[in-house]
Amino acid sequence: MHNHIFEKYPAKDKSQLIPLLQDVQAIYGYLPELALQEIADYVGLPLSRVYGVATFYNQFRLTPLGENIIRVCRGTACHVKNSANILYALESALKIKAGETTRDRKFTIEIVACIGACSIAPVMTVNDDYHGRLTVKDVPTILKKYQTTTKPKASAEPEVKLA
Amino acid sequence: MVQLTINNIKVNAEAGMTILDAAKSVGISIPTLCHLKNLFPSGACRICSVEVEGMRGLIPSCAYPVNEGMVVETNTPRVRSARKTIVELLVENHPQDCLICVRNKNCELQNLSEQYGLREHRYSGESKEHAIDVSSASMERDPAKCILCGRCVRVCHEVQHIGAIDFTNRGFNTIVTTPYNKGLNISDCILCGQCILVCPTAALREKSALKDVANALKNKNKYTIVQVAPAVRATLGEEYNMPLGTDVTGQMVTGLRRLGFKKVFDTNFSADLTIMEEATELIHRIQNGGSLPMFTSCCPGWVKYAEHNRPEILPHISTCKSPHEMEGAVLKTYYAKKMGLKPEDIYVVSVMPCTVKKYESARGELAEQTMADVDAVITTRELVRFFKMAGIDFDDLPQDSFDNPLGESTGAAAIFGTSGGVMEAALRTAYFKISGKELDNLDLEAVRGLDNVKEASIDINGLTVNIAVVNGIGNVGPILDDVAAGKSKYHFIEVMTCPGRCINGGGQPIHQKQDKVVKRMKALYQIDANMKLRKSHDNESVKTLYKEFFIEPNSHKAHEILHTEYFDRK
Ligand code: SF4
Ligand code: SF4
Ligand code: FES
Repeated sequence: MHNHIFEKYPAKDKSQLIPLLQDVQAIYGYLPELALQEIADYVGLPLSRVYGVATFYNQFRLTPLGENIIRVCRGTACHVKNSANILYALESALKIKAGETTRDRKFTIEIVACIGACSIAPVMTVNDDYHGRLTVKDVPTILKKYQTTTKPKASAEPEVKLA
Repeated sequence: MVQLTINNIKVNAEAGMTILDAAKSVGISIPTLCHLKNLFPSGACRICSVEVEGMRGLIPSCAYPVNEGMVVETNTPRVRSARKTIVELLVENHPQDCLICVRNKNCELQNLSEQYGLREHRYSGESKEHAIDVSSASMERDPAKCILCGRCVRVCHEVQHIGAIDFTNRGFNTIVTTPYNKGLNISDCILCGQCILVCPTAALREKSALKDVANALKNKNKYTIVQVAPAVRATLGEEYNMPLGTDVTGQMVTGLRRLGFKKVFDTNFSADLTIMEEATELIHRIQNGGSLPMFTSCCPGWVKYAEHNRPEILPHISTCKSPHEMEGAVLKTYYAKKMGLKPEDIYVVSVMPCTVKKYESARGELAEQTMADVDAVITTRELVRFFKMAGIDFDDLPQDSFDNPLGESTGAAAIFGTSGGVMEAALRTAYFKISGKELDNLDLEAVRGLDNVKEASIDINGLTVNIAVVNGIGNVGPILDDVAAGKSKYHFIEVMTCPGRCINGGGQPIHQKQDKVVKRMKALYQIDANMKLRKSHDNESVKTLYKEFFIEPNSHKAHEILHTEYFDRK
């Protein structure tokens, strides 16, 4: 699936590593392990070095994204409003840590520094929807809603929900 | 030449020299952590900071070249306080368990803490927690003890050209590890242990087999036999502050006896045996059109490398087991029978300069029926710990000699521990086998020394034998490319994983003293030169072994017991 990408780059040229990683990630949404090995062989670097680069930069992902991406705000306002508890509730409900994706690929949890919706703190987004003034009790209901949708919602107008 | 001043001392230094080296040349020592001699400076740790007149910040002396007229201060309050802060921050993010650490009293972080007078904990904060990787048979990785100096990474990438580990993630989460933080056992690592030798702390260390050995020694039903590799006798003394290159064979044998081993044998015996088998195999391949060139097989790190990376080369590797495996195999067959022992009651311990040998001894095919040829492998360092635990005062030990028959050896076996040694030993015997005459000069200078690749051509009865010696696995790539392309002109190639070979193996004493490899090498050549017998085919006990048991080299029985097979693990 990504082999045609290699054609654009000279072989054994270490300086091409980052553009190659970007291109491959653009196809899959993340960097699959096998692709990483192929990239390493192609540019002539050990896998450890390529893996090191891929984990150094925030732009690269090593795990596939879930159908629903939950972003929990851990900015100052949300922090003061106990967003740590929201995150913890999500993590225990989904049995994954922030940065990870559930086995059924339904959910990914990410942490963001500030979502820019401090007035409704604590806040999280699921895909394009905002959920504000959250309490731990809201978490199961929200998850349930997205559990049943099969595709990420591509709504033109992002929804804003206040609990 | 440039002239500069360091701490008010006039120093003449060569242009291009670093401040660090220039200071050293006049007896001023500057601490280092990330610095590795002969490799490109990385400038990561800043412990080597100094003040240079006219420059605002502190300068990392390991990475900064000297200039004409430069004025350097290495010991100002500002420098000392900067260094101290670096050490304090490292110490606070490091487990506080020196008392029970395997590197206690041989740790660079501990030394720095002492040198900069740390007496209190001034910083506190989150400290990293990581699981210990115990997956491999040879080594352990304890990233909580890692201070991120990067020395292991550079040795693995730049010297060994393996690249099994690297820095991953970033900031506080940075960790030196394998791709996907997998176990070393399923990574590209060949377990050579060169990274252990450069690690300033205990973040990298061997997996100890001392408990198993101690248990076997107290088990009355076990007949415990120990054998020692050629390279161990040339380095063991360093752990007791003896000069580099002191040969301590005699004391070592006494010490091993006092530990309670029933027999103390010498891996040099089976090094001679290996030569008989390997030289015969080489001649056979040359005369019968077998796969050439033939590669040596006594280094399990090289074998592992070939199995993982170059399976197409495997038919070229000699099928001979490595010497200590041969010794184990002979002990559990011939010797058991001769002594009326049950092979399953014999417990063979190998003292090796090497970490890979631990993995090797656990390989399923290196066994007689279901019994491993060698039951446990301990390194030079572990042996020293064992001596200490047993109250054996090494300095005052009388000398003793190995037991027989598996203790007799020739000078050819002694040099197995150094780069070019197997080649030299094999040629001494191959020459005799082909021509019926002995070599005039037994010292093959062309294959000695520390060059990355050494080559020579030897004329044996009109047959030109081209040979090469690869000193360090990082230099093997181009040679393998030639072989794979069918372009290699060589008949016989020695490949050893560690630079300098077993004398610089991953299980050897840890220190960064200069010239250690050269001096250890000299010790082995001296042992060879002092021997009455210097050719493997003159070893009387080996001759008897063939007469009574194997009949002749490469016989059917020899193949069954002394040879092995390799697997494509790509
Ligand atoms: S043991 Fe050798 S191959 Fe493995 S990580 Fe260390 S230096 Fe690299
Ligand atoms: S494991 Fe040891 S050598 Fe490697 S970076 Fe950490 S402290 Fe340095
Ligand atoms: S030793 Fe100079 S920066 Fe680390």
